[in-house]
Amino acid sequence: MAEQKTVTFIITRQDGPDSAPYEETFEVPYRRNMNVISGLMEIRKNPVNAKGEKTTPVQWDMNCLEEVCGACSMVINGVPRQSCAALVDDLEQPVRLAPMATFPVVRDLIIDRERMFDALKQVKAWIPIDGTHDLGPGPRMPEKKRQWAYELSKCMTCGVCLEACPNVNDKSDFIGPAAISQARLFNAHPTGDMNKSERLDGLMEEGGISGCGNSQNCVQVCPKGIPLTTSIAAMNRATNIQAFKNFFGSDNAH
Amino acid sequence: MAEHRDLFYRRLHSLLGVVPIGIYLVTHLIVNHFAVYGEEEFNRAAGFMGNLPFLLLLEIFVIYLPILFHAVLGVYIAFTANYNVKKFNYFRNWMYALQRITGIVTLIFIVWHVWETRVQKALGNAEVNYSMMESILSTPFMFWFYVVGVIATIFHFANGLWGFLVTWGITQTPKSQKIATYGAVIVFLVLSYVGVRTLIVFAYGV
Repeated sequence: MAEQKTVTFIITRQDGPDSAPYEETFEVPYRRNMNVISGLMEIRKNPVNAKGEKTTPVQWDMNCLEEVCGACSMVINGVPRQSCAALVDDLEQPVRLAPMATFPVVRDLIIDRERMFDALKQVKAWIPIDGTHDLGPGPRMPEKKRQWAYELSKCMTCGVCLEACPNVNDKSDFIGPAAISQARLFNAHPTGDMNKSERLDGLMEEGGISGCGNSQNCVQVCPKGIPLTTSIAAMNRATNIQAFKNFFGSDNAH
Repeated sequence: MAEHRDLFYRRLHSLLGVVPIGIYLVTHLIVNHFAVYGEEEFNRAAGFMGNLPFLLLLEIFVIYLPILFHAVLGVYIAFTANYNVKKFNYFRNWMYALQRITGIVTLIFIVWHVWETRVQKALGNAEVNYSMMESILSTPFMFWFYVVGVIATIFHFANGLWGFLVTWGITQTPKSQKIATYGAVIVFLVLSYVGVRTLIVFAYGV
């Protein structure tokens, strides 16, 4: 072998939250079965760009390395996805990496997904069971319901659905598809059902479910295959019914 | 509902698009189709519609105010979208973009159409009848302007019906939404035929 094979990465970098983005190219030695993260690790080991200049190592976020945590989401060749699950052999060369544009950049490929956690807080995506005494076992959940609810529980707050959504942008305060589906998940739970109206209330607030424009990009791009548009339509129905209950009055408006 | 103003306005927007605006649109297209059966038939039908009791009240509450609300909020919705069909080239994303684009086209068309017909009648400059439409559509430019306007309006209505079914939580499953898409396509094709056929009669007398 005369020459070692290399992989070219063109990375959109940004030194800090307020600095201007710029592109930098790197040549990384090829290894079999490498993924985007192992490429980034090579750059970290030897932070020299394609022009041979020494530069700062590229920063990125990662955690589980098995497409479960959602931390390493970035735009790879124009597609928002997890960099741990992006195998270099499957990607067109050169590989272009950029931070997801929907979120504020912290540095290089690291973004701040705080808005997704704010959205989960808005829809109260949890089940309040803490108390001063043992509440005992909760009601049972039908197995069939558990099966579809389990699909919704796969959401890892990775932000890919928000990146693809045309209604999540600077001009709107739409919380995005992920939190809407999480409200459905916790409302499906028999104990969570007891606080159903509080979550629906969160969805009915500004930036809630009415921000959806039905482009359905979210369900196309979700790496976990979550039926996000089914969740949105289901929550549309639930919020409408809740709105009627609130306005006309109902003993079941809790 | 007062504390959920955003949701209320968006739901009202969705409802008004179908009731009464959508119902009015279908009525308007069908009544105009009388032109295909002859000048007198059209004038009789248009005369009946134009001489309904409480006409001005009906026009204001069934047509003008709902359309005005739908248009104002609709323009806001269209301009707060971040169109990304190039990056995410999916059918529904195209429908999303086209819904907003045809909404703007429809608004321009309706403003011009109302100015040319209803406002001119109110100013006493013209009578709304067959020969008025004949003279409006006498130039190829106006004919094609009307064809584009009518088709954009019908697309916006047909695709809007699909969105209505999702917004009100009627179609939830991917399967039901797919069937609703087929239904919207049929509505679009049928109404487009009704509308364009009428325009051809006015413009070319065939």
